[in-house]
Amino acid sequence: MIGLPQLYLLAGAMFAAFAVLSALDRTNRKRFGNAAFWALIALSFFAGDLLGRGDPPTTSEAERAASSERRGNRLFLPALIVPVTALVGSLFLKDSGWIDPKQVTLVSLGAGVLIALTVCYLWLRPPPLAPVEEGRRLMDSVGWAAVLPQMLAALGAVFALAGVGEVVGGIAGQAIPEGSLFAAVAAYALGMALFTMIMGNAFAAFPVMTAAIGIPILIHRFGGDPAIVCAIGMLSGFCGTLLTPMAANFNIVPAALLDLKDKNAVVKAQVGTAIPLLACNLLLLYFLAFR
Amino acid sequence: MNYLVLIGILIVVAGFALRLNPLLVVAVSALATGLIAGKGFVEVLSAFGKAFNDNRFVTFIYILLPVIGLLERYGLQQRARTMVGNMRGATTGRLLIGYLLFRQISASLGLISVAGQAQTVRPLVAPMAEAAAERQDPALTEEGREKVKAVAAATDNVGLFFGEDIFIAIGSILLMVGVLEQNGIHLAPLQLSVWAIPSAIAAFLIHGARLLLLDRRLSSPRGTSGEGDHPKGGGGVSVAASPVTPPPRFAGSPSPSGDGEDL
Repeated sequence: MIGLPQLYLLAGAMFAAFAVLSALDRTNRKRFGNAAFWALIALSFFAGDLLGRGDPPTTSEAERAASSERRGNRLFLPALIVPVTALVGSLFLKDSGWIDPKQVTLVSLGAGVLIALTVCYLWLRPPPLAPVEEGRRLMDSVGWAAVLPQMLAALGAVFALAGVGEVVGGIAGQAIPEGSLFAAVAAYALGMALFTMIMGNAFAAFPVMTAAIGIPILIHRFGGDPAIVCAIGMLSGFCGTLLTPMAANFNIVPAALLDLKDKNAVVKAQVGTAIPLLACNLLLLYFLAFR
Repeated sequence: MNYLVLIGILIVVAGFALRLNPLLVVAVSALATGLIAGKGFVEVLSAFGKAFNDNRFVTFIYILLPVIGLLERYGLQQRARTMVGNMRGATTGRLLIGYLLFRQISASLGLISVAGQAQTVRPLVAPMAEAAAERQDPALTEEGREKVKAVAAATDNVGLFFGEDIFIAIGSILLMVGVLEQNGIHLAPLQLSVWAIPSAIAAFLIHGARLLLLDRRLSSPRGTSGEGDHPKGGGGVSVAASPVTPPPRFAGSPSPSGDGEDL
C-alpha cells in the first residue's frame, strides 16, 4: 500500500538532490552549509522513522540505592551547584563587563553545568563517557518534543507574517456587545487566554488582543487604568499557557522529562488551577481597573 | 480581512487531536498559512527558519541533562526519596506548597532559571513528591504516581508564571511597556508589575488549595472517605485500578473528562 513512507522517500530524494547540487554550486560561497542543511532535511525524511529510544548502559535500581545509601545527602551538592551558580552569577556578574548582561543567567547556568560536571568527575569517578551516555538516556526520553518549542516559535512568526493576529483580534472586537463593560472585560480576558492557547504563548497574543480590545475599548471607551488592564490581561494569557499543549516547553517537554505515559498529563493537572484562576483574573480586572 | 489565514489554526488543532507528529503538523500549518496569506514559499520558509534559529535558547536547557543523568546514575532520585522518608510530617501537598512559594518568590525576584523542569523538578521535586505520596498511600497505583509527578511539574509552571511578572525587568513587562508606548501611553515597569501581585496571591491560594485536596485524597483510604465527589473512582480498594477508569481528579473543579486535547 502506498502511503506516507513512500511520499517521504520521494521528498527525501528531492532534498538529497538539492543537497548534492548545492554542494556543487560554485557560485555560492557558503554552498557546503546549504548542502549540509538540505542533507539534514533529506536524512530526516529517509531515516526519521528509524530513530528509536536507545538503551545506554546505566546503573540498576539496586546499584543506585546502594550508591545513594553510601554517599548520603552529599549527592545533592552537585545538583545544587547549577542553580547556585546561576543565582550567584545573575547577582554578581551582571556588571562584570565580560558577560552579556541580558544573558547573564543562562551563561551562569552553563558555567554551573561545567563546574558540576568537574566536581562529579573528581568525586564520583564515573566512566569517562558516562555523563554523555546518561544525558543521551534522558534526551531520548524527551525525543521529538525537544525541537517542538522551537518549531512552535517559528510557527508563531509565520502566523504574524500572515496577519493571523489581526483577524483574530478583529473577530474578538466584533464579538463585544455595545456598552457592556463586563462583556468587554470578559472578551479581553478570555480572548487573551484563548488566543494564547492557540499560539502557545501569551507574548504573541498580548499585542493583538490589547490593540483590538484592551486599548480602544477598555482603556479609551471605559476609562480603565492602563497598568491594571495590561498586567491582568497578560496574566489571563498565562492561564491559557497552562491549558495548551502548544506551550510545549512548559507542558509537553516536562511530561517527557518525567517519563509520563500521557504526554498531556501536565496540562490536565493544570486545568483545575487555570480555569478558576482565569475567572479570578477576570473579576480582578473588572473590579480593580474601573474604579 | 482574509479569514482564510485561520486555516493554520485548524490544521494545528486537527493535527494535535489526531495525534499526528506535531513537528509535521506545525510545518504544514506554517506553510499553509503563509501561502494562503499570499506570501511566497521562500518568504514563508525564511520567516520560519529565522524564528527557529532565533529561539535556539529554548533548547539550550538540555545542557543540564548530563549532570542530572550522571547524578541519577549514582542514586540522586533515591536520595531525594529517602530524605522525604525521613522527614516527619512531609506530605505531597505540603512539599509542593513549599516549592510553589519558593518558585513564586524567587521568580518575583527575577531568578527565573535557578529552578525549573530540568533544573529541579525532574531530579528533586518529582521524586520527593512521589516518595511522600507513597508514604501517604501505600497502595498508590502507577496512575496515581504519574498524577503526582504531573502535579509536581504543574506546580513549577504555576509558580513561575504567577511570580515572574512581579519582577520589573522580565520580558512580558517590557513587552507591555512597549505596546502601550506605541499607543501613546507611557508607564514605568514598576507601575505594571505591582498589579501582578493580586493574581499571584490568587494563584497561590487556588493551587495551594488543590494541593491540600490532593493530600486529603492521598491520605484517606480509598472508597471510605466522605469527600468522594467522584464516586466513579472510589470503588477499587486494593485491586489495581484498571487503565480505563481514571482515578478521581484532584479537585472538584472542572476538568476534561476524556482523553481529548485541551486546545
